[in-house]
Amino acid sequence: MLAGIILTLASLWYGQNHGLMPVQASNDAALVDGLFDTMMTIGTAIFLLVWGVLIICLFKFRRKPGDETDGPAIEGNIPLEIVWTAIPVAIVLVLGIYSFDVYNSMGGFDPDAAGDPGVQVAMLSEGGSAMPLMDAASSKKARHNHMALGIGASPDEIGVAPDVTVNVLGMQYAWIFTYPDLGITSGELHLPANKNVRLNLKAQDVIHAFWLPEFRIKQDTIPGIESELRFTPTRVGDYPIVCAELCGAYHGGMASRLYVQAPEDYDKWVQESMPIVENDSQTAADLEKLASTVALGENRSDADYLVPAAHQMGLDAKALEQLHYTMPHDSMRHDAISHELMPHDSMPHDSMLRASL
Amino acid sequence: MTTQAEMQIAPSAHAHVERKWWHYFTFCEDHKVIGLQYLVTAFFFYAIGGALATAIRTELATPASDFVSPNTYNSLLTLHGTIMIFLWIIPAGAGLANYLIPLMVGARDMAFPKMNAMAFWMVPPAGLMLVLSFFLESPQAGWTSYPPLSLMTGKVGEGIWIFSLLISGTSSILGAINFLVTILKMRVPTMTIHKMPLFCWSMLATAGLILVGTPVLAGALILLAFDLLAGTSFFNPMGGGDPIVYQHMFWFYSHPAVYIMVLPLFGAISEILPVHARKPIFGYKAIAYSSLVISFLGLIVWAHHMFTSGTPAWLRMFFMITTMIIAVPTGIKVFGWLATIWGGKISYNSAMLFAMGFIAVFVIGGITGVMLAAVPFDIHVHDTYFVVAHLHYVLFGGSVFGIYAAIYHWFPKITGRMVNETLGQIHFVLTFIGMNLTFMPMHELGLMGMNRRIAFYDARFTSLNQLATVGSYILAVSTVPFLINAVWSWMKGAKATDNPWNALTLEWQTSSPPAIENFEVLPVLTTGPYDYGEHQSEEGKLPPGASPALSGSSSGS
Ligand SMILES: [Cu+2]
Repeated sequence: MLAGIILTLASLWYGQNHGLMPVQASNDAALVDGLFDTMMTIGTAIFLLVWGVLIICLFKFRRKPGDETDGPAIEGNIPLEIVWTAIPVAIVLVLGIYSFDVYNSMGGFDPDAAGDPGVQVAMLSEGGSAMPLMDAASSKKARHNHMALGIGASPDEIGVAPDVTVNVLGMQYAWIFTYPDLGITSGELHLPANKNVRLNLKAQDVIHAFWLPEFRIKQDTIPGIESELRFTPTRVGDYPIVCAELCGAYHGGMASRLYVQAPEDYDKWVQESMPIVENDSQTAADLEKLASTVALGENRSDADYLVPAAHQMGLDAKALEQLHYTMPHDSMRHDAISHELMPHDSMPHDSMLRASL
Repeated sequence: MTTQAEMQIAPSAHAHVERKWWHYFTFCEDHKVIGLQYLVTAFFFYAIGGALATAIRTELATPASDFVSPNTYNSLLTLHGTIMIFLWIIPAGAGLANYLIPLMVGARDMAFPKMNAMAFWMVPPAGLMLVLSFFLESPQAGWTSYPPLSLMTGKVGEGIWIFSLLISGTSSILGAINFLVTILKMRVPTMTIHKMPLFCWSMLATAGLILVGTPVLAGALILLAFDLLAGTSFFNPMGGGDPIVYQHMFWFYSHPAVYIMVLPLFGAISEILPVHARKPIFGYKAIAYSSLVISFLGLIVWAHHMFTSGTPAWLRMFFMITTMIIAVPTGIKVFGWLATIWGGKISYNSAMLFAMGFIAVFVIGGITGVMLAAVPFDIHVHDTYFVVAHLHYVLFGGSVFGIYAAIYHWFPKITGRMVNETLGQIHFVLTFIGMNLTFMPMHELGLMGMNRRIAFYDARFTSLNQLATVGSYILAVSTVPFLINAVWSWMKGAKATDNPWNALTLEWQTSSPPAIENFEVLPVLTTGPYDYGEHQSEEGKLPPGASPALSGSSSGS
C-alpha cells in the first residue's frame, strides 16, 4: 500500500520533472510535451513496479543453502491475469485517444497534408534561370491537384492561408529556403514570431528529413513527393535545423539555423535580402569573387564531397548571387557555429558554394 | 511406459559415439552439431559486429569526424546493423532452436536434417561476403538501405549487401520450415500441444513470422538489385519509381524481424526462470498464446517505422493503434515472468542473473516502444538517438541478454561441463553496467535533438556521448570473462550431471551431452514441463539425478 503511494508519487513527479525535452518554440511543442509527460509518468510507474519486484526477489526469494525443495506450485491466477491484461488495455486506449487528439490539434488531419502521396515531377528547373526555385503559382496549383504529406493546419486554421510560405529544398548536404512571395533564396530560415508558417518540403536527390527539435516536428523530404509542415513559432530565438534521414557521408553536416524574429527584425531581414538588381551579365569571375566572400575558411573543403554536391545542386549563377545576399551578415555567427560543430569539416552550404564555382 | 532402467541406457550409450572436433566443420546433419555451428558462427560475427560498434563509439567520443572518414563511418554503421541482425541474433536464435527443439519434443533429429545443414552452411558465406566487402567497397546506406541513397553509394558494395541478405534470408526460411514441421509433427505422442515447452511455442510463432515476412524482404531486395544493376526504376524516383514502396516492403519483413530476434529468447526466458526459481511458470497458456498474438500483431505494425515518411494520416493512426496493442501480450509475458519468480527459491547463478537482467532491461525497451508508437511523439524522435536507445534496449537488453542466459543455462547440457560461476557473474555485472551506461544516455540525446547515423555532431552533446563511449568499452571488455569462461569450462570445467538444474523438460532427461540420436528410448511424459513443487507432497524432495518427467521413475535410483 505504502509502496503503491510512493510509486505513484514518484512517477507523477518524474513525469513532470524529467527535463529531457528542449525548449518549446511552438504550440505543437507544448502539445507533444504534454503527451510525453503523461507517457513518462506511466512509464516510470511500470519501470518502478518491474524493477521493484526484481529487486525484492533478489533479496527476499533467494534459495537458502541446502534447501533442495521447490517453491509453491502456483500455476496461475486467472483474476490476476485479467487485471494485468486489462490495465495495459486501458493504458493503450487512453494513450491512443490522447495521441489522436494531439495529432489532430497539431494539424495532422488537415486534408491538405494528410492525404495520399501524390507523385510530382522533379522540382528544380534544369537549365535554371527560373528563380525562385518554385514559383508560388505552380505550387498553389499543385496543392489543388494532390494532397501532400506531413503536418497541416490546425483544425481552427483550416481554410485560412498561412501568413508566410517558404519552399524548402533538401539536397546533399544543405537546405535551400525560397520565399516565393518575396523572391528571396537563403541558406537559413528566417520566420516572424507568432505568424502561421507553411513549409513546402521537397528533396532534390535522396530522402532527407526536415527536423526542428524545438518545434517537435519532422517530415521526410522525398524525391518526387511533396510534403508540408505548418506551424506557428511562438518564441523568438535561433534554433537548429537538422536533417534526420541518412542521406550520405556528410549527413551529420546537413544542418542549418532557423531564426525566429520579432516582426520588425524579420521585416528588416526581408528588406536586406530582397534581390536588388536583375542582372544577367554575371561573369564567372564575379561569382568567384562573391563566393570567396561567402566561403568561410580554407581548411573546410573536402573535394570528395564538394564535387558531387556541386553537380547535384542545380543552382545557377543567379541563385548563387541571391544566396550571397543572405549570407554575409550572418557569416560571422556562422563561422562560430560551424567551428563549434565541426572543427574539421565544412559547413554544407558554404562549401557547396565554393564547389559550384 | 519408460522405466528408470531404460533411461539409464542413455549415458552409457553416448560414451561410445562421441563427436570428434572435425565433425563441426563438416556438412553434418545432426541437429546438435548444426545448433553449435550456428551458435559459434553467430558469436564470431557478434565479435566483428561488436568491434564495429566500438569503432563507431570511438568516432563519437568527439564531436568532430576524426577517427574515421565520414564514408567509412557510414560503412561501419551499415555493417554493424546488418551483421548484428542477420549474422548474430537471428542465427543465434536458430542455433538454440536447432539444438533444443528436437531434444525438447523428444525427437531424434529435426524433420529435414539435410535441409537443416544446408540452411546453416549458407550463413558463413553470406557473412564473410559482407565482412570482406569492407575491404573492397562497403555498403553505406544503413542496414535499411533506402533508395535512392542506396542506389548512389556504390554498386559493388550495395550489390554484395543485397546478395548477402538474400542468402541469409533463404537460410532463415529453410530453418523455419524445419522448426515448424518438427514442432508440429515430431513430438513424442504423449506431448500434447499444451504440454509443449514454451520455447517451442515461441519458435512456432517465430517460424510463422519468418515464413510470412522473409519472402517479402527478398522481393524488395531483388527489385532493388534490378534498380541498382539493371537500371530499372521500381524504387528510383528519377525514373518514376516510388521509394516509399521499398520502405513498405522492407519494413513488412524488418519489423517482424524484431520479433524473430526476440521471441526465441522470450521462449528461453520462460524455460530458465521456472527452473532456477523452482516454481511453475505462471500462466502457461497465457504466455504460450501471447507469443502467437505477438507474432500476428507483429505483421501489422510495420509502418510505425515510417510515420514521418510517405505515410498518410489515417495509416499513421492505424499503425499507431496496432503497435500500442502489442504492449498487451508483451505485458502478459513480463508480468507472468515476474509472478513466476515471486515467492520462488531462486538460485542466483549466471543463467538466472541474465534472465532477470533480461526482464529489467527489456522492460525499458518496451516502455519506450509504446512511447514511440504515439505518432505525435514519434514525429519528434524518429531517426534520433532516442530510437537508437530504444532498439538497443530491445535487441541488446532483450536478445543478447537472452542469448547469454540461454548459453549459461544449457551449457552443461551442450558440453557436459559446468560453467565457472564467478566469471559468469563478473560477465553479468559488466554487461549490465556497460549496457545501461551505453544506451541510457542516448534517450536524452535523441530527445534533445541529436539525430542518428551521423559521424559528427553538435558539441553540446559531447558529454553524454562520452558516457556512452565509456559504456561501450565496458561492454567490449565484458565479453572477455565470457570467452575465457566458455573456452576454459568447455575444456576443463567440472563434469556436469545429466540434469544439474533438476529441470523437468525433456532435454534434461538424457545424457550431457546428449547421445547422437538424443534418446535411447523415446521418453513418455507424465508431468508437464513446469510442474515444480507439485510432487513434493507425495515424494518429498526430488533426489538429484532423478527423471521426474518420466513415469515409473518416481523416486530414488
Ligand atoms: Cu539530408
